[in-house]
Amino acid sequence: MSILALDPILTRRAEVQQAAAASLRRRQWRSRIALGLCMACVAISLVPLVAVVGYTIERGAPIWSADFFSHVSTPEGIPGGGIWNSIMGSLIIDGIATAGSIPLGLAIGLFLAQSDSRTAGVIRFAADVMAGMPSIVVGIFAYGILVTTLHHFSAIAGSFGIGIIMLPIIIRASEGAFRTVPKDLSEAALSLGAKNAAVARRVLLPTAAPGLFTAVLLAVARGAGESAPLIFTAIGSQYFVANPLQPMAAMPLTIYLDGIQAYPELQQFAWGTGLLLLVVVLVLAATGRLAAARLGGGRK
Amino acid sequence: MADGPHAAVGTVHMQPSVTDDASNATAGTKTVLALRGLTVSFSGRPAVRDVTFDVPEGQVTALIGPSGSGKTTLLRALNRLHDSARTAKVTGSVVLNGTDVYGSDLHPTLLRSRVGMVFQRPNPFPAMSIYDNVVSGLRFNGIRKKSLLNEAAESALIAAALWDRVRDRMGARAGTLSGGEQQRLCIARSLAVEPEVLLMDEPTSALDPQATRRIEDLVGELSDRVTIVIVTHNMQQAARISQRCAFLLMAEDRAGELIEVGPTKQIFGSPQDPRTADYVEGRFG
Amino acid sequence: MTTTRHALLGTAKRRFPRHHPAVPNGLYRVLLGAAVLVFAALLVALVVDLVYQAEPAFAHFGIGFVTGTAWNPVKVQYGAFPFIMGTLETTVIAMVLAIPIGLGTALALAYLLPYGTRSVLGTAVELLAAIPSVVYGLWGLLVVAPWARTIIEPAVGFVFGHSGPGSGPEIGIGLLLAGLILFVMVLPTMVAISRDVLAAVPADQVEGAIALGATRWQTLWRVVVPHARTGLLGAVTLSVGRAFGETMAVAMIIGNTPALAHSLFSTTATMASIIANQFTEAEEPYHLAVLIAIAVLLLVISVIVNVAARLLVRAVGRSRTSTSIAVA
Repeated sequence: MSILALDPILTRRAEVQQAAAASLRRRQWRSRIALGLCMACVAISLVPLVAVVGYTIERGAPIWSADFFSHVSTPEGIPGGGIWNSIMGSLIIDGIATAGSIPLGLAIGLFLAQSDSRTAGVIRFAADVMAGMPSIVVGIFAYGILVTTLHHFSAIAGSFGIGIIMLPIIIRASEGAFRTVPKDLSEAALSLGAKNAAVARRVLLPTAAPGLFTAVLLAVARGAGESAPLIFTAIGSQYFVANPLQPMAAMPLTIYLDGIQAYPELQQFAWGTGLLLLVVVLVLAATGRLAAARLGGGRK
Repeated sequence: MADGPHAAVGTVHMQPSVTDDASNATAGTKTVLALRGLTVSFSGRPAVRDVTFDVPEGQVTALIGPSGSGKTTLLRALNRLHDSARTAKVTGSVVLNGTDVYGSDLHPTLLRSRVGMVFQRPNPFPAMSIYDNVVSGLRFNGIRKKSLLNEAAESALIAAALWDRVRDRMGARAGTLSGGEQQRLCIARSLAVEPEVLLMDEPTSALDPQATRRIEDLVGELSDRVTIVIVTHNMQQAARISQRCAFLLMAEDRAGELIEVGPTKQIFGSPQDPRTADYVEGRFG
Repeated sequence: MTTTRHALLGTAKRRFPRHHPAVPNGLYRVLLGAAVLVFAALLVALVVDLVYQAEPAFAHFGIGFVTGTAWNPVKVQYGAFPFIMGTLETTVIAMVLAIPIGLGTALALAYLLPYGTRSVLGTAVELLAAIPSVVYGLWGLLVVAPWARTIIEPAVGFVFGHSGPGSGPEIGIGLLLAGLILFVMVLPTMVAISRDVLAAVPADQVEGAIALGATRWQTLWRVVVPHARTGLLGAVTLSVGRAFGETMAVAMIIGNTPALAHSLFSTTATMASIIANQFTEAEEPYHLAVLIAIAVLLLVISVIVNVAARLLVRAVGRSRTSTSIAVA
């Protein structure tokens, strides 16, 4: 190339360099400010966590006492109640829900992990969509199926609703856990003539066990905190009667029903119950995540 | 760096054979990049050690050697791409036309407008149109003048042998181009900023032979406009397109060392170092 | 590869001696098939049951109850439009805050923070998703509402000159508070998915920008975010889906007045909150059926939004699988 042909390049180069140098400070400052704003966003995101946990502890801890946990609730105005009925109710309702949803969810998760058919794709998609279903809708479903038919409110109707909320979580998490088993292992087994059943039992279940453990924890954590499915199924109760066919109290319900009252004593009960529920749910969820991270179940 | 077959070339550490560096000055070619004692370590372990040579202006300098010899690590030190790696430490000096690349006089952002890079896999920005891709470097550097952008884009695309192909579809997405065309787009993108040096990290290894050939032809044409330093694991390619070669080899401690540097004809025709001879004659790696 | 295969076959041979099936394969398949059928049946039953319960309302009022604005059960007047608007308004308020703050947080988590703090803070944000809705509601009602009454609403009122969106008595609970708490509740979803999507942008895109002389922010804003835009849209859609369906917290703080909000400080209701609020007391004719009809509407909208979100996020290919509550 002749010198003349190079000229536009050299002049352009000079122009570009000059503009780059001139704008450097502006670009640098813009970058710093923008990145600073992003970091501020992180701080903003954490404030609610601190605030919710902090205030729940501050307002709920004072009412915690041995009596608080061991007495059933008393009618308004009468001092000395407790949340024994709520605690037991939660245990029973969530227990029944777990007992129902886990086997079903694991079975479906197993099916999805071992199959790539079109049916499996549809089921998987359906589970995903079900996971985003509003909990109030689930509550109405449980109401329609178990309350109108039995003609009264019951704990088991509440369990049904909670179980439906837990189901998609277990399905997706367990499928993920089963799929982390190295394909080679399953394929080696299948090539030896083992059927899917044996592969499931001998290969998938043991290897995926940590991930399944996580799945259960996370599902239970979610189920324990749900109250929308309960407000017109189990609807709560002042007493504790260990009969699933009767209405029953539960912690989330107590928080709601007491929390919206104008009486400070009831509000305090709500805080106390809230603290307990918060502790339970956060411990379950945190354990679940730690297990997932450490044992590698379900997360790529 | 990927592990690869490497020759254990004896326990004696031999001095690199540096030929013809002095001839840069005598032959009247300016030195654009001067590397002195350049060492790049990660977490204390050197990946490239004590490299010293000059890159002359207006020529294609190839960095050759078997895999693992530190060629890419060395290349990336030239435009300070190791800055973002927390464990990386760079010592020694790199001087670009009289300015210390790692000094405080030259901000890394400005450095990179003077030393461009083309990567192994074409990486056009998929969310941008062809035009936006080509001028993206200019825009990043704060240039907004439409006339300058258009001029630079056309000039760069012509230089990358892509102008005729895309002149009517500058608004199309970069993804509509073939692999070889995308790589030429990336070359155009780097050229638009009018850098003094263009670093190329195995730019044809992800392309088919036809596209490879086109880019090799391109590299030759470009060297008038911008000094090129190219890493290649393909000896024949180096022999075809470069005027100068620097041969690197991994030592026992896995650090890459400069064994020999000189005119391509010499490196391939009459190498001074037996290890160079072994490599160019295909006896390993 | 061959050595691995031999090792695997060895292991497999030990675990699978022939002719010792612990669970007959036929039974296994039947059980799994039954589980899938039960699941499908549940889904079908849900839709059928809801429509069945809502049928009286649809039959009597037609679909027009969706546009009516008057809600007076005693007079058998059921206009659900205020609740639809309430759902939209609370969601908009929540997303206006959640999108920028969530995106900023996700960028910081994916690119700006040092590796150690990254996972700790990321987990902390995800734990926000584990907090039950009622606890948010309780906190919103008893802690944040007083702040809203004394600080936030006066400030907002001042900005709007105490007119338009900023008019009316500043009592704390109402639309604005609901939007704020909803923002806190969708934030983890927004952050978690955005972070994954942003982190999935290939490193050579980032390097390509840096190598041209871009600053860090230019790289993030002009290359990374546009590259991830489909997935980010999915994150937004999923968050919107969550906001639509959120029930208990909103029910506790929005006031549940069955009327359109005329300012940010008005009490109003969302579809989900009015159902929760009135269901157990619904004795008038058609009251319950209409509430369930609203639930059907909510279900339809929620499914559509969720499906759209899944398709968008699926298009990017999530690395996070199913152990995330935040996504649920």
